[in-house]
Amino acid sequence: MQYPILEVRGLVNRFGNQLVHDGLDMEVVRDEVFGIVGGSGSGKSVLLRSILGLQRPEAGVVRIDGQDITRLSAAQLRPIKFGYGVAFQEGALYSGLTVLQNVQLPIIEYLDLPRRALDELALLKIRLVGLPADAAGKYPAQLSGGMVKRVAVARALALDPALLFLDEPTSGLDPVSAAAFDELVLYLQKQLKLTIVMITHDLDSIFRTCNRVGVIVDRRMESDTLERIVEHPNPWIQAYFHGERARARLAGAQHGA
Amino acid sequence: MALEVSRTKEELQLGLAGEWGMREFQSLEAQLTALDLAGVHRVAIHARGLTALDLSGAWALRQFVQRAQGAGVTVSFEGSPPDQLRLVEETLKPAAAQPGAPSPATPGPDPETRALEAIGREAVAAGRDVVDGLAFLGRASVTLLASLRRLKSLRLTSVARHVYDTGITAMPIVALIAFLISVIIAYMSAQQLRGLGVDIYVVDLVTIGVLRELGVLLTSIIVAGRSGSAFAAEIGSMKLNEEVDALVATGVDPFEVLVIPRVLGLTIALPLLTIVADLIGLSGGALLCRYLLDMPLSQYVTRASAAISPTTFWVGLIKAPVFALLIALAGCYHGLQVRSSSRELGHQVTVAVVQAIFLVILADALFAVLFLKMNI
Repeated sequence: MQYPILEVRGLVNRFGNQLVHDGLDMEVVRDEVFGIVGGSGSGKSVLLRSILGLQRPEAGVVRIDGQDITRLSAAQLRPIKFGYGVAFQEGALYSGLTVLQNVQLPIIEYLDLPRRALDELALLKIRLVGLPADAAGKYPAQLSGGMVKRVAVARALALDPALLFLDEPTSGLDPVSAAAFDELVLYLQKQLKLTIVMITHDLDSIFRTCNRVGVIVDRRMESDTLERIVEHPNPWIQAYFHGERARARLAGAQHGA
Repeated sequence: MALEVSRTKEELQLGLAGEWGMREFQSLEAQLTALDLAGVHRVAIHARGLTALDLSGAWALRQFVQRAQGAGVTVSFEGSPPDQLRLVEETLKPAAAQPGAPSPATPGPDPETRALEAIGREAVAAGRDVVDGLAFLGRASVTLLASLRRLKSLRLTSVARHVYDTGITAMPIVALIAFLISVIIAYMSAQQLRGLGVDIYVVDLVTIGVLRELGVLLTSIIVAGRSGSAFAAEIGSMKLNEEVDALVATGVDPFEVLVIPRVLGLTIALPLLTIVADLIGLSGGALLCRYLLDMPLSQYVTRASAAISPTTFWVGLIKAPVFALLIALAGCYHGLQVRSSSRELGHQVTVAVVQAIFLVILADALFAVLFLKMNI
């Protein structure tokens, strides 16, 4: 079923005199991995914050599962927030809690479960993202960068959401860990039938995981399938996908296909 | 209903229907655990009616299957078992085989042992705290002496900023507190002394009390709450943010740029604040004497200058730099003790303030004894 699980229409965001988004449209359908790309300062994070309801846009509509979240109160937003998970760029793990407690926190917030079910459900998510069980008792400060990102995903998946947001999931990882993380994203998407929205700069990551890509250029978004967006005439998109670094990767990808 | 149950004599038929997810988890788990398996030999599960099954639903189902199998019941699926069940199996399987994995139900040592252990840990931690504190004090002194020799490393701009932050901006609150305290002393003592007909001594009480003790002590306590906490929080969040590591990596001594400017800044600011507190305290006393006791201002001044000896003012003021040192060192030390979590930051800030106030009062008591022995 190809109806949009996430829809942004005519989004306008402004900081003082600076216009960040000017009529941005975006659509994400079920079961796809949607990549958001854009230059530094193009407003990727602001877009994510608008979608998550962390920031009220000046104009425009953000619909998650058909409901316009810009018009809802905090109480009305709660059931919607149950349905999506977010993994922030730096993990944003609660530093005073262990990995297990970090993953349990959303569950405790929404449901009243017995201790044992809580522990096992959280452990299930920790194992699912490829972490060893003994990571559960550790504190965020004791984890490596790659593990922090995985815990962030485990916490985002705690409530079995249908929609997962990832903010620069492979930034700060070495190429091998980044590739492993992309594998994880694909594995989770397939196994859990997730819809994934991913902000990223990493070309390798885009080619490995995304079905469709939205590029923020000139305060709007151009989105299309991966094969077609690379042919888009916009100079920035051309520079992004056909720059020095991209060419080798693109040749490799087309070879494989 | 998400679960349809029908029983024949030995067989239990379960029809799963609708959505099995986190939202339904509580009722699902309750229904599954409520199923009575007594006398049942076979369980047949039909999963075709499921519209959605996510991991938590699959986990609840797995719990039930395991319970049934544990009771010697054969569990079969009509058609193939749902994929999600297999995913949960696969995900959890290596966990069970993994050696050294912490099982949540491991029984800890008994309460007596734990209590002893806690006392031991606390004692060791307290001992280490003393050693660390001494090491900190030593390093701060060495850095300060080295800085005094090389004026550039004294960071005068930074010192000035801290004088402003801890001194100038604290003036209104210090003045207000000093005023109120002197009014309270004057008022309380006036009530008592008037009965004896010696209400002139109110002036003695106010001037000596404010100049020797209360001016400097209250100012220090306010500053400990205001700036001691700010020092600990600033340095602590810089530690969390790896800014302190960045300084060290650049070859900059964090003691030189973080600790010494704060210590020097507060050592300059606190005596100045004390003078302000003294001034306002004395004028507060004068005001109250004028309106409550109808004592003309000239009489208040004459009496006040008779009451104080040449040392009274200095006895109070000399304590200020010492208190400032204690407050600044406690704040900076605890800020640097923050290592990994924001919870620790809160704890260290609290300890910094409590310790600063404690040290100030302790030092004040020592000063009192010292001045008594010196007859001043």
